[in-house]
Amino acid sequence: MFGLKSASLFGETKKLEREIDEFVDIVSEVGLVFKSIVPTYLNHSANGKFEEMVEKVKEMESKADKITKDVEHTLYEETLIPDARSDVLRLLEHIDELIGMYQGNCYHFSIQKPNFPKEFHDDLIELTETVVNCVESLCLTVRSFFRDIKSVRDNAHKVTFYEKESDIKFSSLARKIFDSELPLDQKMHLRYFVEKIDRICDQAEDIADEVQIYAIKRSV
Amino acid sequence: MEITILIFLLGGLFLGWSLGANDAANVFGTAVGTRMVSFTSAAIICSVFVILGAIISGAGTTETLGKLGAINALPGAFAACVAAGISVYLMTKVGLPVSTTQAIVGAIVGWNLYTGSSTNIQVLLTILSTWILCPIIAGIIAMGLFTFTKRVILNRKLHILRLDAYTRTALLLAGAFGAYSLGANNIANVMGVFVPISPFTDVNMGNLFIFSSKEQLFLLGGLAIAVGVFTYSKRVMYTVGNDLLKMSPVAAFIVVVSHSIVLFLFASQGISAFLQSINLPSIPLVPVSSSQAVVGGVIGIGLLKGGKEVQWSIAGRISMGWITLPIIAAIISLIVLFILENIFNLTVSF
Repeated sequence: MFGLKSASLFGETKKLEREIDEFVDIVSEVGLVFKSIVPTYLNHSANGKFEEMVEKVKEMESKADKITKDVEHTLYEETLIPDARSDVLRLLEHIDELIGMYQGNCYHFSIQKPNFPKEFHDDLIELTETVVNCVESLCLTVRSFFRDIKSVRDNAHKVTFYEKESDIKFSSLARKIFDSELPLDQKMHLRYFVEKIDRICDQAEDIADEVQIYAIKRSV
Repeated sequence: MEITILIFLLGGLFLGWSLGANDAANVFGTAVGTRMVSFTSAAIICSVFVILGAIISGAGTTETLGKLGAINALPGAFAACVAAGISVYLMTKVGLPVSTTQAIVGAIVGWNLYTGSSTNIQVLLTILSTWILCPIIAGIIAMGLFTFTKRVILNRKLHILRLDAYTRTALLLAGAFGAYSLGANNIANVMGVFVPISPFTDVNMGNLFIFSSKEQLFLLGGLAIAVGVFTYSKRVMYTVGNDLLKMSPVAAFIVVVSHSIVLFLFASQGISAFLQSINLPSIPLVPVSSSQAVVGGVIGIGLLKGGKEVQWSIAGRISMGWITLPIIAAIISLIVLFILENIFNLTVSF
């Protein structure tokens, strides 16, 4: 009645809340899988498991895509949150790109099979962990944007912290790679991978900045 | 009913139409303009509740206007309404947030002056003071409600979507309350001058209740407001929603509620009688300006946010409206009365 479909309004709202929560859960889970994927890849003896994990990331990425489309349609069809709708959709799309970056990294490892000598393993694993922590903090920032606007700034600050950490670790590892006795083509190849992993953090920081602006706009 | 009576009533109906066209936007403007509520929903709710407010609670403010000057001939009432309508139109052209309230008061005083009837200065002063109080009270209520609501929202940690659903429901309820208060408070502007000379007679509705001539007039006025809402308010609502009030839906809800509370306070015979019964000064039942109550609420919230966004020029222009509009309406009233009496040979008072 009254063009609001009151009964379905709260139903749709709950469904969307669940979908958005699920979407952020996926980002977090993909990160956790990615954290184990790199050591698994470096440990050549477990290659079967590595491909299994890449497949898992692919499935999660498709699920996240589907949720983004669903949320987009519902928000526009039901004209929900008219004042924040475009911000929310842009946010979901940018987070979806982040999941795509994780997936891209996995594929590149799977296809190009970079040969990381043992002396770089610990540094690469550490960099990966920092990147995943950074995205984990972004997940908290996004969740607080939807539910607890006061905490957005605190969580976004953690994203910035991890991004800086990641930059330091990336530079250090890149330096070690180029200081090594490896042939130049291998150095370039390894640097490409290290840089691609670090870029996930840059994207996470950009999204966190975006969320802070949306939060200011959303302030009552 | 004679055709001449209908023609004279048209003056009031025109005022009712313009009230619906303009003031419905104060109640539902932001909700519709920001697409939180559809125009059809807003128009239906607004019309129903304006009519209910007018019939159930419209008597108090009408009585006060009657004390200011009891226009006792239909052509006189017609002249007052036409004068009020023209002056509101002129001031709106200039871009001042004026109201039918101030125009009708000026027009009644004009009738008093023309016919040599005395103007009750005490009542006039009471009315003038409420005009100043109205935006101030609306601002104070808005500040209090805004602080409280903001705290609740932040502490409850509501999901953005849940908050959106609650806000939509709240905007609908606030709109219904606002429309009821608007009908109760402002019907006096539209039909008040016709009450002492109502062409209707009381109708006994199957021994259940008596539908008095006053209520029939208020129903007619309410319908005129409803026609204004359906035919012309859509554009005004989109203007208010998109240009004038750039605020969050929650803030918009607060503004509508504080506006409605003020209009209701100045129209409620029940609250006035209750305050009197506990030996407190009663609230004068006076038609106040819906637009100015809204601006008061907006300024109140603006002040809470540091005052940078408050457009003080608008506040200054409102004060101008308090003085200039009644004077212009009184002058136009004098001219129309002169024309009706001397050119059309109509009796404008007994």
